Amino acid sequence: MMKQQAIRFDGVGIDFALAKGNVYQALAPVDLAVADHEFVAIVGPTGCGKSTLLNVAAGLMRPSSGAVSVFGRPLSGRNAEAGYLFQQDALMPWKSALDNVAVGLLAAGMPRDDARARATDWLARVGLAAFAERYPHLLSGGQRKRVALAQVLIRDPKILLMDEPFGPLDAQTRVIMGDLLLDLWAADRKAVLFVTHDLDEAIALADRVVVLSAGPAARVVGDFPIPLERPREIADIRDNAGFHALHREIWRTLRLEVQQAYAQGAA
Amino acid sequence: MNRPLIVVLQVAVLLGGLLAWHLAVTTGIIGSPKQLQFFFSTPQQVLLRTWTDLAGSRLWGHIGVTLTETLLSFLIGSLGGIGMGFWFARKPTMAAVFDIYIKALNALPRVVLAPIFALWFGLGIWSKVALGFTLVFFIVFFNVYQGVREVSPVILANARMLGLGERQLVRHVYWPAALSWMFSSLHTSVGFALVGAVVGEYLGASAGLGYKIHEAEGVFDVTGVFSGMLILMMVVIAIDFLVGLAERRLLHWRPKVATE
Ligand SMILES: Nc1ncnc2c1ncn2[C@@H]1O[C@H](COP(=O)(O)OP(=O)(O)OP(=O)(O)O)[C@@H](O)[C@H]1O
Ligand SMILES: [Mg+2]
Repeated sequence: MMKQQAIRFDGVGIDFALAKGNVYQALAPVDLAVADHEFVAIVGPTGCGKSTLLNVAAGLMRPSSGAVSVFGRPLSGRNAEAGYLFQQDALMPWKSALDNVAVGLLAAGMPRDDARARATDWLARVGLAAFAERYPHLLSGGQRKRVALAQVLIRDPKILLMDEPFGPLDAQTRVIMGDLLLDLWAADRKAVLFVTHDLDEAIALADRVVVLSAGPAARVVGDFPIPLERPREIADIRDNAGFHALHREIWRTLRLEVQQAYAQGAA
Repeated sequence: MNRPLIVVLQVAVLLGGLLAWHLAVTTGIIGSPKQLQFFFSTPQQVLLRTWTDLAGSRLWGHIGVTLTETLLSFLIGSLGGIGMGFWFARKPTMAAVFDIYIKALNALPRVVLAPIFALWFGLGIWSKVALGFTLVFFIVFFNVYQGVREVSPVILANARMLGLGERQLVRHVYWPAALSWMFSSLHTSVGFALVGAVVGEYLGASAGLGYKIHEAEGVFDVTGVFSGMLILMMVVIAIDFLVGLAERRLLHWRPKVATE
């Protein structure tokens, strides 16, 4: 029997309606599956449709064609199995870090004190025990991403959707956040769909790297297994001989798409 | 900026102004002091009158009436504005239908309503509360309406993904957003509540600061008018200070603006 698929795109296409009846085809029918416990990274030139793909997986956007299934069941409406770490800041500015993390549990009906106790615990896990009472605007970009990560993980979703979660952070912080993520992920190995524009990061984190082509009508142009052994240490992974071979191979595919995106003026 | 220096300069401006006023109406450089004092009074007289008024008990009664009217129109106007703003923001059809009427009503200069309100609600505090209400309501309404409608879509999507249902969205997202917009208009709406009270009193009442000023004008008591205005200003500054304190408590999650 095949490994169970956490999320599966079957011929998912997305058309955006533009002004004057024009249509922009963002995604050509895409077939893609993420097995349970598998960490898949998606790379592709800017504007190719990575966030769109995640929005579809989250159930926030209906595909124009094709279908999405989650653990074998067709998805309609919000994907209740998924936690989504957005590309933009999405914390509630009027709630402290602690309350932001606790809100998902409150929504699920957990009593306030229990929810706050669990949230305190999660803030400690992402290294922010001392910042529980801070409001988002008093946190650094990296700290806000940690809060967002705790906010999503505290609900223990079976699927984790992450959209360039470390995008705006500096190089050192990205390494630290990557290690933190791998640590947390190792606990129960959720299925992950991780979007990034950083190929190094994709290879360091994932079991598989999927390359999307430049838009319009983006499709999957490469699907590379990453057989590097775990646990991995991101700072050291570049010393691994296998890493460079993989990087060269994937970059050959990715570069063409990035060049095409530049040529079209998408970047 | 050097804070003490600013205060010293502010006091200097005040003293300079008073001195200029004093010299102008007492020395005869612009005209007959007697005549000028009839029209412009003198700083000493105004301050003295204010002082004796503040020492007596009648004035405090007037202040009490004005503050009661201000508070009531602020509370009722805010509640109405929040309720209506919320409702309209969540029911776009409703908003679309009533939009034009709300705009029309808001465009009406409120002073013309004062006599009608006096007719409907009598010369007591409620006609003033009604006038203040018409001012406060629209400010709070527009702010809350906009606040609820412009909640960041990403925050909303995130909240939905975290499992919040419609009612929980109201409680954790829409409501705080609406309140923050209402609080950010606090200075304006409290100020307008006071304007409603004073204008109402001015146009017909038997108590309140507006009435007191009107009464003094009726007998050409310029000292009384100026002293009434002075007291009104002190009341406004005191209220504004309290609002500032409240705002700092309620909006502590907000980033401070750069100028602070
Ligand atoms: N609502 C919309 N209407 C029309 N076009 C849209 C809409 N949303 C996205 N697009 C277009 O769809 C394409 C894919 O957008 P998407 O945000 O998924 O890109 P992305 O791969 O996440 O880019 P980035 O790496 O810069 O975040 C872009 O060309 C974008 O302009
Ligand atoms: Mg994106």
